[in-house]
Amino acid sequence: MTTGFPPTTPSPSAPALITADLVDLDLTGADRHEATGSLLARLVKQGRVTDAEGFLADVRAREEQMPTGIEGGIGIPHARSEHVTEPTLAFGRCTAGVDFGAADGPADLIFLIAAPAGGGQEHMKVLSSLARRLVHQSFRDALRAASSPDAVVELVQKEVLGR
Amino acid sequence: MKLVAVTSCPTGIAHTYMAAEALEQAAKNAGHELVVETQGAAGAEALSPEQIAAAGAVVFAADVEVRGKERFAGKPTVIGSVKRGINDADGLVREALEAAAGVAPAAPAQAPPPRAPQALGFASRLRQWLMTGVSYMIPFVAAGGILIALSFVIGGAEIAAVVNGGTYEGTEHAGISDLSQLWSQAGLAGIMFKIGATAFEMLVPILAGFIAFGMADRMGIAPGVVGGLLAVAIGAGFLGGLVAGLLAGAVTMALKKIKVPRGVAGVMPVVVIPLLSVFTVGLLMIVVFGPPIAGVQSGLTEWLDGLAGVNAVLLGALLGAMMGFDLGGPVNKVAYLFGTGALVSGNLTVMAAVMVAGMVPPLGLALATLVRRALFSQAERQAGEAAWLLGLSFITEGAIPFAAADLFRVIPATVAGGATAGAVSMAFGATLRAPHGGIWVIGLIGNPLGYLVALVAGSLVTTGVVVAAKHVGRRTATPEAAAARQPVAA
Repeated sequence: MTTGFPPTTPSPSAPALITADLVDLDLTGADRHEATGSLLARLVKQGRVTDAEGFLADVRAREEQMPTGIEGGIGIPHARSEHVTEPTLAFGRCTAGVDFGAADGPADLIFLIAAPAGGGQEHMKVLSSLARRLVHQSFRDALRAASSPDAVVELVQKEVLGR
Repeated sequence: MKLVAVTSCPTGIAHTYMAAEALEQAAKNAGHELVVETQGAAGAEALSPEQIAAAGAVVFAADVEVRGKERFAGKPTVIGSVKRGINDADGLVREALEAAAGVAPAAPAQAPPPRAPQALGFASRLRQWLMTGVSYMIPFVAAGGILIALSFVIGGAEIAAVVNGGTYEGTEHAGISDLSQLWSQAGLAGIMFKIGATAFEMLVPILAGFIAFGMADRMGIAPGVVGGLLAVAIGAGFLGGLVAGLLAGAVTMALKKIKVPRGVAGVMPVVVIPLLSVFTVGLLMIVVFGPPIAGVQSGLTEWLDGLAGVNAVLLGALLGAMMGFDLGGPVNKVAYLFGTGALVSGNLTVMAAVMVAGMVPPLGLALATLVRRALFSQAERQAGEAAWLLGLSFITEGAIPFAAADLFRVIPATVAGGATAGAVSMAFGATLRAPHGGIWVIGLIGNPLGYLVALVAGSLVTTGVVVAAKHVGRRTATPEAAAARQPVAA
C-alpha cells in the first residue's frame, strides 16, 4: 500500500533501528501480551512510541487478524501506528518461551517491530530487510548465542544494515 | 525453471518480506530461480510482463487479496497463506514445480485451476470480505454525514424539507428538483445537504460492491453495486446491502469457476460473467427479497397502528428498538414514519422517542471506541470519530460501519440502547415539534432535560452491551483461529 508521502532518506543522524536499551536478554512474561508490554515499555522510555496504550491496541488488532508466531521459535508482534516516531526494533530473548500462536510451540525470540503510520518508503525498506533476515537460521542462532545487548545491536546492524 | 511469486500480509512490514526471502531461498536451494513481488509497505516493485511470461508457475503467499491477479491469468498457480510461505516455502516451491511440469508450454489452456486457498477459516474470510466493504464505505459515511450535519447547523433542520420537499413545523415545502435552482433557493446549506444526501445514497451500493470485490476481485463490483442499488430501491437498507454483496461475490466466484472451451474463454470476463452475475443478483433482489420486505413493512405498520392505546413507555421502547434494529433499513423506516405520522396528528411525544432512539446508536458506538479501543479495528475507530457528530445530528447511518462489520454483536447493542432511550423519553414525556435535526433542534424539544437523560441512558446501554458482546466473542474466537492455522502446519 502506498502512503502518499514522498520517499524520505534517513539522515545519517537518524536514530538507529535498535539500541542496547531496546534489548532484553532475560525477557519474562506469562503470555504474549505481557511479553509485548514489557518490550513496549522500553520503546516508550526511549521516546520511540508516544502512546503506549494506543500502540498496544494497534498491535493487538494485528494479532487478532492472524497470530504472528512463526515456526522455529519466533514471535513478531508488530504494527504500523500513528503513535510511533521512528521505525524501531525491540528484541527480547525468553528462555521459558511465550506462545505467539505458531503451530510448533512457543517463541523464545521475540521481535517487537514498530513502524510509523506515515513512514516514507526508505523507512519501510529498513524494516523489510530486517524481516528478510529473520527467516535465516544463521541469524536466529547468532541471536540465541549473543552474550550481551551490545552484541545483539552489532549483529542486527551488520546483518540488516550492512554496517 | 523460472518461477514468480507474490507475497502480502495485513500490515505489510514483516510477514510479506519473510515469505519473500524464504521462497527465494527455497527456490535457490532447489536449483531454480524465483522472483518475488512484495506487496508490502515499502512499495511493490511490480514483476515485469517479461518475468511473468518467462515463469513456469506462480506462487501466491498472501493473506490479503493479491493486487493485479489478472496479470497471471492462465499460469499454473499455487496458493498458500503468507505463513505457509515462511514455514513451508520448500513445499510451495515443490508444488509450483509440479504444477509447471503438469503443463505443456504449448497448451496453457490445460492449466490446472488455481487451488483454493485453504489457509483461512470461513469465518475469518467472511470477516475480511465484510471489512473490505466497510472500509470503502466509511469515507462516504463520514463525508456525507458531516455535510448533512453541517447543513442543519447552518440552515436549520428545515433545510431537509426545503431541498427534498415535505412538511416542517406546519410549513409545506415543494422541494427543489432542479439543481440549478438550489443555490438561489436554499443557499450553501441546501447545497451541502444535497451533496451529503447524494453521498449517502452511495453507502449501500459501495458496501455491497466492495464486499463482492473482496470475494471475487474486480468482476464482483458490477453485480455488487447493482445489487446494492436494488437493495435501496426495495427498501432493504444496509442489511439488504450485505446480502446483495455476499450474493454478488458468491455468484461471480461460481461463474469464474465454470470451465469453457478456449474459444469462448475470451468473452467470459468481458460479457458473459458481468451479464449473468448482474442479472442473477438483480433478479434475486427484486423477485425473492423485495416482496417479503414490503410485506414485513406493511405488516409492522398495521401492527403499530393497532397499538394505539398501549402504555406509552412500552410503545417508546418498541419504537426505539425498531430504530436501532436496522439503522435506516425497512424496520427503522416503519418506526420513523410512525413517528412523523403521530407528529402530523399532534402527538409530539412519539416523535421525540423516535428521534432520541435514532441518535443513540452512533453515539453509543463512538463512546465504545473510546473506552475500549482495543476491541475495534483501525477503520472502526476512524468511523467512531465521525459518529459523534452524526449521532448528535440524528443520522443513525453513522452506526452502519460497525454493524456491517460485526452484525450479531452490534445490532443487539443498538436495539437495547434504542429501546432504553425511547422508553426513558416517553417516561419523561419529552416532546418534539420537528421530524429531524438531532441536537440542533433542541429549541423545539419539550422537557429537553428529560430528552437528554434518555439520550445519555440509551447511549450508555449501547456502549455497555457492545463492549460485553465483543468480549464474549473473543473467547469463542480462539479455537476458530487455531483451526484456521491447522492447514499451515500440514
